[in-house]
Amino acid sequence: MYLYPKWIRAWHVLNAAMFLILIVTGLSMQYTDKENASYVVGFAKAVRWHNFAAIILILSYIFFVTGNMLTNNGRYYRIGRKDFLLNLTKQFKFYSRGMFRGEKHPFPVTEERKFNPLQKLTYVLAMYVAIPLLIISGIGLLLPEITITTFFGISGLILTDILHITMGFCLSIFMIIHIYTCTLGSKPTSLFRGIITGYHVSEDE
Amino acid sequence: MFRLSILLIFINLISSPSSGNSLFETENLKVQDSVTFVSRFEADNNRCFKCHGHEKYEYTNETLGKQVKDIMCSERIVRKVDFYASNHKSFSCTDCHSDKYVNFPHSGELRMEQKYICIDCHGGDEKFAKYHFEEIDSEYRKSTHFKMEDEGFTCWKCHNPHTYKISVRNNINLKQTIAYDNAICLNCHSDYNRFQLLSDKAEIDIIQKHEWLPNQASHFANVRCIECHTKINNNIPVSHQIRPKGEAVRLCNECHSKNSILMASLYKFESKEQRRDGFFNGIILNASYVIGANRNEYLNFISLIIFFAVIVVIIVHIVYRVRNNTKH
Repeated sequence: MYLYPKWIRAWHVLNAAMFLILIVTGLSMQYTDKENASYVVGFAKAVRWHNFAAIILILSYIFFVTGNMLTNNGRYYRIGRKDFLLNLTKQFKFYSRGMFRGEKHPFPVTEERKFNPLQKLTYVLAMYVAIPLLIISGIGLLLPEITITTFFGISGLILTDILHITMGFCLSIFMIIHIYTCTLGSKPTSLFRGIITGYHVSEDE
Repeated sequence: MFRLSILLIFINLISSPSSGNSLFETENLKVQDSVTFVSRFEADNNRCFKCHGHEKYEYTNETLGKQVKDIMCSERIVRKVDFYASNHKSFSCTDCHSDKYVNFPHSGELRMEQKYICIDCHGGDEKFAKYHFEEIDSEYRKSTHFKMEDEGFTCWKCHNPHTYKISVRNNINLKQTIAYDNAICLNCHSDYNRFQLLSDKAEIDIIQKHEWLPNQASHFANVRCIECHTKINNNIPVSHQIRPKGEAVRLCNECHSKNSILMASLYKFESKEQRRDGFFNGIILNASYVIGANRNEYLNFISLIIFFAVIVVIIVHIVYRVRNNTKH
């Protein structure tokens, strides 16, 4: 089943690469000390690469949102209110119990339904909540002169930074879980192969 | 836009620290009482200010038998208002300069007068012991500026004795202190006319030399030149050992780290003050924010717990999958 057109795959690989650079360089900036400087990317280099990867990520995000608006891909991210929590629980139960008992996937992948309810929720939170907040706070740190000086007596920069590192952390955790759940296909490598070739192999095939 | 903002900051900073510009007024309470200060030497000092307080002066040339107007050398001008706002405001001019100056025209031999430097008055004085002038003098003698003493470099090139005001650093006036202190450096290092009075070196483009600094304007407005260009000495309030350019701090994590050197320099004034909000080097947050130096220990702890919890859940899930596959 052909599910991932070329533009999605191109965006996905670019997004993943930039995100990895941003995680490594972001951690380096936040945690480099004089004693451990050689274990991570040097601060100056980390700043340069972080800024570079961030700009590419912003452009790729604009490309992704525009692509979703102009093609049918956007429909996969629409969350219906009907049975939302029930479906979410069903999917969670499958991952935590059902799959070990040989139960069938409650929401098998079709051309109409690329994501299961749990995927849909986390992808929407990641792509339409966390990434925009990450980008906005990142711009605030990149251009500190445009960031508000104080907010209710607290430094605007520290609030911006806390928002940025919190979103960065949440998205890093999302990425770890995302990579792991991608081993839950018909074979541990089949979903990875799918995002490279564009073809999804379902469990029945 | 960056360059423009840098230039705007420079325009503010370049104004001479001895000019009495309100930008550089510190909030030191001792200075505030200068508004009502009346020197007991006012009448005596006025004899000097009459000529040395202005760009132009006037005297009677008895040989020509007429009034003559002339231009005062800029180095010899002392603004009365600045002097009476300075730390030395209670002095008479002749406390430091020869009392022969009361005669006009001044005798030519007075040009040979040896001028005092800080340590001549402040050295060995219990009243000034907390400033450690002896150690400041010793640090200065190791400084790259000391090498220019033969060219005429003295304490006064940075600290004008007629206008100098001690700048007490605190959370309220920190930005002004930074601007005041940086202006002392930029007074020569961004004004080639002054710079070449002491050095034969080619003109230095400060902005271009510091182009490697990310957010250059932000660095110039939030830290002093001496943070990177002096060797830290914990015994004196402000480091005076200016290092050669090759030894200046260039590693970002000297400041952007848990053990930031800013805590021993710019924020030394209250580094002992405790904040209980979990931020490392939290005192910096009262006035600024430094990536890497202001990480939060609670957020660090929570993020590690979440990270390891996720890893444990994944490992448990993998173990169950493997066991399940083995069964089937």
